[in-house]
Amino acid sequence: MGKILMKGNEAIGEAAIRAGCLNYFAYPITPQSEVAEYLAKRMPEVGGVFLQGESEVAVGYMLFGAAGAGERVFTTSSSPGISLMSEAISYIAAAQLPVVFVNIMRGGPGLGGILPSQGDYFQATKGGGHGDYRLLVLAPASVQETAEMVMMAFPLAEKYRNPVMILGDGLIGQMMEPVEFPDHLRTAPSDKSSWATSGMATRGSGRRNLVKSLFLDPDALNNQNLLLKSKYDRMRCEEVRYEAYNLDGDYQVLIVSYGTMSRVCRTAVDNLKAQGMEVGLLRPQTLFPFPLEAVRTAAGRPSCKSVISIEMSMGQMVEDVERAVCGIRPVHWYGKCGGDVPTPEEVMEAVRDLMADGR
Amino acid sequence: MGKTFAKPRSLSDQYTHYCPGCTHGVIHRLVAETIDELDIMERTVGIAPVGCAVLAYNYFNCDFQEAAHGRAPAMATGIKRVRPDLVVFTYQGDGDLASIGMGEIVHAANRGEKFTVIFVNNAVYGMTGGQMAPTTMPGQRTTTSPFGRNVEEVGMPIKMAELLSALQTPAYISRQTVIDPKGIRKAKQAIRRAFEYQLAGRCFSLVELVSTCPTNWGMTPVEAVAWARDTLLPYYRLGDFKVPE
Repeated sequence: MGKILMKGNEAIGEAAIRAGCLNYFAYPITPQSEVAEYLAKRMPEVGGVFLQGESEVAVGYMLFGAAGAGERVFTTSSSPGISLMSEAISYIAAAQLPVVFVNIMRGGPGLGGILPSQGDYFQATKGGGHGDYRLLVLAPASVQETAEMVMMAFPLAEKYRNPVMILGDGLIGQMMEPVEFPDHLRTAPSDKSSWATSGMATRGSGRRNLVKSLFLDPDALNNQNLLLKSKYDRMRCEEVRYEAYNLDGDYQVLIVSYGTMSRVCRTAVDNLKAQGMEVGLLRPQTLFPFPLEAVRTAAGRPSCKSVISIEMSMGQMVEDVERAVCGIRPVHWYGKCGGDVPTPEEVMEAVRDLMADGR
Repeated sequence: MGKTFAKPRSLSDQYTHYCPGCTHGVIHRLVAETIDELDIMERTVGIAPVGCAVLAYNYFNCDFQEAAHGRAPAMATGIKRVRPDLVVFTYQGDGDLASIGMGEIVHAANRGEKFTVIFVNNAVYGMTGGQMAPTTMPGQRTTTSPFGRNVEEVGMPIKMAELLSALQTPAYISRQTVIDPKGIRKAKQAIRRAFEYQLAGRCFSLVELVSTCPTNWGMTPVEAVAWARDTLLPYYRLGDFKVPE
């Protein structure tokens, strides 16, 4: 199948279907309501389930129930909606259920705004809900990459029996780009008979399955948390993804940027190169696990004088960049989070300032 | 001569953690008997609440999910929508269903979700140690209404069966009690009907069961039954509030 022009939000819905997920529960919220509108029509065509829940709180537990019963399931929302789902996300991670969440971020905190933002980095990568859990967080920078990451997310969620989050922003959701849905990313669901509450009859044995998160015995709970930690450690080893841009040359400044913001940074890198200034760009595609070693290595290049995290937030990912760089280079931040995406010129100015100051 | 009375197959062999005089054990048995009689254990999924019955999955022999507080109807919705062939029931207390889970139960009922709710109303929060519930009676003393429920401040107790019966969609809404043998027999009939309606593909069914909590009421089991009869039953009227046409 060739490329078709699609809005990001619609591509998300189609990608899930093409990946083999036919169950969608959601609650409308700008700027991603088009996903629900698209799937309200599309799911009946493919014999799937579409249900608009009464709140994001309820949707979170519809996902829990459906995933607990062993079926592929996903939702989409935007920042305040993800806050409401965060209770369920903690329970879903605790019960080790594979669920795919898409957060098309808008400005915050509070009602914030409806324009693009990257203000939910902490929420996605450091928690949001209570307790020791992690999400596998994928950060796409185009409609095509969004579609592919949605398709990849289902087998990843099943591999780890853990929720996966696609962290996009309002621009990704709203813009139209050519997209195709690679057939090889369509996957068969994993065998869930050892744990899913799919009914004892489906297992052909008298063994019943429980999906739960309560461990009243301290040793049992500690062991459960060690088990979860071992999965997150495995993600750190096996799932780190990033894209390097202009990291072969002798760059003075290393930009770390993800999602929509990284595309602007890419233009800025090109423009600065044309003006004789070498700047490297490292784009994390997974935010958890964060590409710590790749950032450290890129920052350690002898020509590199400083590192800057450029993000549509007041400085969230910069803390992971600092953690990666470990003090071997100064780490700076530039960003905006009112809803306007910084322009290439603004990024170039921020980088030039660093160079001029010799920082 | 064969056995005339036995433990239902759908109940496990475990001792329960319930207090002496608690009616959860009776209700568990009625649900398990129903599951046995309808021969649905192998395709039933129960949902345990947050509350005294959080460990209900230890006492039933079918698949179970454990809910967050109040969210069981949303989870049941998720299960039933993606696996309509399963038989799904939630088991919820009054704090769980009528307080924190009010939104979930009303909307699940109104959508006509095809699962069954076993709603245990004992007019108090049990597991957390006897706090006031939305169903606590006027003047009833609890740990968070030490001077008695003041309806001027917190309103009258919520009658869930009546409230849900105001919705057009639900198929079967009944309130019964398990405080005496006659009540238990009628409760069993109601629970069985609720499951039968689910099996017939009818929408939402709920059985509210007026129950006792001797521990948190500070009474002996016998006193608790008398108090339930004299105080709860006049307010929480028994009967079928909604039956399928």
